[in-house]
Amino acid sequence: MTVEAPTGPAALGQSRRGRWGAGSIAPVVVILVLLLVAVGIRQPDFYDPPALLAFLKRAAPLIILAAGQYFVIVAGDFDLSVGSLVTAEVVIAARLIDGDPGATWPVVALVLGFGLLVGLVNGLVTTLLLVPSFITTLGMYLILVGAVYTWTGGSPRGALSEEFRMLGRRGIEGVPWLGEIPYAVLILLVLAGLAILAMRSDFGKVLLAVGDNPRAARLAGGRVAGVRTIAFVVSGGCAAVAAILLGGFGGVSFQVGAGLEFTAITAVVLGGVVLGGGRGSVVGAMLGALTLQTLLTLLNLLGVAGALASAVQGLIILAAVAIGGLRART
Amino acid sequence: MHDVGKSFYGVSVLSNVDIDVYPGEVHAVVGENGAGKSTLMKIASGVHQPDSGSLRIAGEPVVLHNPREAQAAGVGIIHQEFNLLPERTVAENVFLGREPTRRGLVDRRAMRARTAELLASVGAETVRPTDRVGQLGVAQQQVVEIVKALSLDARILIMDEPTAALADHEVELLYALVRRLQARGIGILYVSHRLAEVFDLSSRITVLKDGRRVVTVDTADATPEALVRHMVGRELASYYPPKAGAPGAALVTLAGAGNGRLRPIDLELRSGEVLGVGGLQGSGRSALARALFGVESFTAGQMTLDGKPVRPRSPRQAVRAGIAYVTEDRKGEGLALSQSVLDNALLASRAATPRWFGGGARTTSVRALLAAVEVHAAGVDQEVRYLSGGNQQKVVLARWLAMAPRVLLFDEPTRGIDVGAKAAIHELIRDLADKGAAVLMISSELPELLGMSDRIVVMRDGALAGELPGDASEEAVLSLATGTPHEVPA
Amino acid sequence: MTTLTARRPRIDSTNGVWLALGMTLIIGGILVATDGGSLFGQNSTVSLLQRAAGLGIVAVGQTFAILAGSLDLSVAYVISLTSLIAAETMAGSDGRVLPAILAVVAVSGAIGLVNGLLITKLRINAFIATLGVGLLIKGYLEQGYAGPAGSVPVSFQHLGYDRVGPVPVAFLLFIGVAAVAWVVINRSRFGHHLIATGGDLDVARLSGVRTDWVLIRTHVICSLCAGIAGLYLASRLGAGAPRVGAEGGYDLESIAAVVLGGTVLAGGKGGVAGTVGGVLLLAVIDGIFNQLAVDPFFKQVVRGVVIVAAVAIYAMRLRRKVVRKAAA
Repeated sequence: MTVEAPTGPAALGQSRRGRWGAGSIAPVVVILVLLLVAVGIRQPDFYDPPALLAFLKRAAPLIILAAGQYFVIVAGDFDLSVGSLVTAEVVIAARLIDGDPGATWPVVALVLGFGLLVGLVNGLVTTLLLVPSFITTLGMYLILVGAVYTWTGGSPRGALSEEFRMLGRRGIEGVPWLGEIPYAVLILLVLAGLAILAMRSDFGKVLLAVGDNPRAARLAGGRVAGVRTIAFVVSGGCAAVAAILLGGFGGVSFQVGAGLEFTAITAVVLGGVVLGGGRGSVVGAMLGALTLQTLLTLLNLLGVAGALASAVQGLIILAAVAIGGLRART
Repeated sequence: MHDVGKSFYGVSVLSNVDIDVYPGEVHAVVGENGAGKSTLMKIASGVHQPDSGSLRIAGEPVVLHNPREAQAAGVGIIHQEFNLLPERTVAENVFLGREPTRRGLVDRRAMRARTAELLASVGAETVRPTDRVGQLGVAQQQVVEIVKALSLDARILIMDEPTAALADHEVELLYALVRRLQARGIGILYVSHRLAEVFDLSSRITVLKDGRRVVTVDTADATPEALVRHMVGRELASYYPPKAGAPGAALVTLAGAGNGRLRPIDLELRSGEVLGVGGLQGSGRSALARALFGVESFTAGQMTLDGKPVRPRSPRQAVRAGIAYVTEDRKGEGLALSQSVLDNALLASRAATPRWFGGGARTTSVRALLAAVEVHAAGVDQEVRYLSGGNQQKVVLARWLAMAPRVLLFDEPTRGIDVGAKAAIHELIRDLADKGAAVLMISSELPELLGMSDRIVVMRDGALAGELPGDASEEAVLSLATGTPHEVPA
Repeated sequence: MTTLTARRPRIDSTNGVWLALGMTLIIGGILVATDGGSLFGQNSTVSLLQRAAGLGIVAVGQTFAILAGSLDLSVAYVISLTSLIAAETMAGSDGRVLPAILAVVAVSGAIGLVNGLLITKLRINAFIATLGVGLLIKGYLEQGYAGPAGSVPVSFQHLGYDRVGPVPVAFLLFIGVAAVAWVVINRSRFGHHLIATGGDLDVARLSGVRTDWVLIRTHVICSLCAGIAGLYLASRLGAGAPRVGAEGGYDLESIAAVVLGGTVLAGGKGGVAGTVGGVLLLAVIDGIFNQLAVDPFFKQVVRGVVIVAAVAIYAMRLRRKVVRKAAA
């Protein structure tokens, strides 16, 4: 005999939970709109297309990282290696290009390939050797940081070519009304579109099922290890793209990727995605990243320098997650 | 317990049941699956509260709000699934939450000594207080559970199918243990399917059926035949779809197929036929289905599908070969509960045969399947967790129908499902067979097994105990399942 | 009961790290000796133990959190914060050492309490809860401090610089903290409940363990350990440093040390002895590389590999055990 789960009251709670609870994007949309309004009041010309595009350009790397992290988190894993991967990629690119424009495109290809490779290793170690992904990617983080320092002897060498930096800095100029369309925004739009398509595809649906209940996914004929591994590869690839953009408008330093793994995870969670997997959308994750970036912009405008910004960031995350958690319970 | 009644969500699962246990008595409770045994035990141990009726212990009326209060009142329960920490020692498990202390620290010596005493008092000296529970065998873990209950000064011990997970020689030890407990004046409510055990151990037997107490008899006055009649005799025969006329050709054959849990098995699954698999829990029924589906594959012998040798090594291979498996653990491994009805119904199609394009047509046909199996939900986008068990099972069925499998393995297809949905699922199963699929159906419910099957095999201890025709009697199945030599009435 | 398994001495995750440590010492010692140096020379040993102390104390606290099935990502910022509190309260005066220590205990305990409450009462995932609290502290630190602040009196610097023979006082402090932690985990009721909570929350609850209360206390202890590490670093640096925790990577490295020591990340299995082994192993590897004058950054790579490999080996042993059990 089995006793069935209550159907009545839970069914009533369902609609509200569906819209506001864990996995939903409604809360992050509300927060984002409020922040955007606040930014608009403080800086009325924020909504001029060029300014808006410039803002999106700055936000693009984090949004892309969050999208990649989403794939890993929704399958029930973590990727703590993305920050160090971004650093490693930028440093590698600078050293290999060393100011030579001719080396740009081969190095871009290499950077992308390296990102995918790191993701593949993370995925295989996690799924085949059964190492918890937290540890796998933590180990990868240590390895990448150490390897980059070792390889460069302690300080970044070389320089990125102007062609390489163009991807993060410049755009298609002279577009009527919009002014310049940054390449970063174009890349973001393409990747966001691909991410949404991927999550609507069979792969995406199976990925969600794997994060929700790996045993059920396996018994339905799914390749659980394969799907989880692909998620890590996606994350690694996204980190590589983010590195290319950040290298463009940031510059070469060991700090370029520092802490980005936590920022990306924070963004994903802020977007309503549940740690542990199975709930949340990639749109939510990307909106979470956009929200975080908007928050930083607003704090900047309000004169809260980078310093207190992280405190406010921490507070907002705790509040958002706590409210989500309490709603899910009632 | 007097006049105890309980209903869940409007479905009455227990009504006006009286049952009593005297000190030093073993009172057996028998009945089919769904007769209300588990609910009764859960009420007695404080997990559920009765809607009506009352509980008294030593004459005092008690209200048990939770398992803690039941423990305090002297009621201990040994579940089929143990509540133990495998990484901790026996002593640590026994005294978890109540560790004796001396000068602020846990008095490990006292804890060990007391555990050793308790172990000795039940004649289980081979278990050491310092053993790690995870290293012990199932029988020994059960001893630890019992000792844990005794350490709470339990006066009443409830044992729920205590032999289900035990090997034959371990059962003997359990018997000895039960008799020792009895001698100490502990009252035991002993829930079991196995009549042989019941007759060996108990002084009185209560038969439950459909949530009611049929009879309480002194064991000395009872016969197995009479008990079985009480257990199975039912007033209104449920409706089952008509059975197959002549079965088709063999689709799957097993020759000496076995693995760690299954002794070599020879078996045929025939096209158009529902093959029922009977037997007790732990008899290897599920292991057989799971081996056929590649979850825990066969390691020996031959398996053929359509005359060609196959041996699925993963569910994926099995699915792609045209085999489907409806698990008995719907929530644990059947459904992705946070996903929508539609996504769950599409899961096998998407997971086993992923496509980048053309998903739309598949979605349309799965929507049609969901409608055809009559899933009742707020919509196909509703999370599947909010559906009733019957509707959840229909979602699983739709998932497999979408794959057009030729071999379907059902493990307890109607467990936890209300009567109406049950009949619908039975019809779907029969319909699949009529369309030429080979169906294997595991069921602990005898009426279902007999009502649905064209042919029945009964398993015992990982092997086939025998084969019966579809119109066999419940007694015949029970006697094969329990291994009690039993005259089949002509 | 004939199925009783033969009891072999188990080499598993909890004592495997000591085996690895021994082998590393031997192999490393030989390598360094052939290189013409000595791994066990006075100077190298002192600096090796000195380095182990700070991380070790934090890792002991982290062991509590991980054993209970939780984790604490805020420790790095707690270390920075408490180093500042200590140095600023002392302000170079001998008489204010005690109030400073009390202040550190109070603040770090309070932070742990907040972590615990967020996790148990608001049901926030420990990862997010402690990350959020860490960000809050980080913001406060960055807002208030541009660089080192406060100063500790010379008397307090004994903690950072004195030693008994070749053994720094700080290392003795680490061993002391670890010893107390060992007693608490293995001998107190709280320790038993802690491991039960991490092993199986439901079993613990059904057995009458108040799991929320256990988790709250666990996080207080974890934060207190970070506070002690903060005191040590203040003594070592002579002042409070707003970035000492984050730059030292104490959050992730402490988790790494615990896991290296064989404590299962999911909780319920492991112990403080393993953590001590893990911390020492990391320190010894560092020491060997220093002596061999290998690129200092390369040791980071080795750390990463060692940690992942260790956990992979533990996981593989576990899997083999499961397979053996299933076949039996």
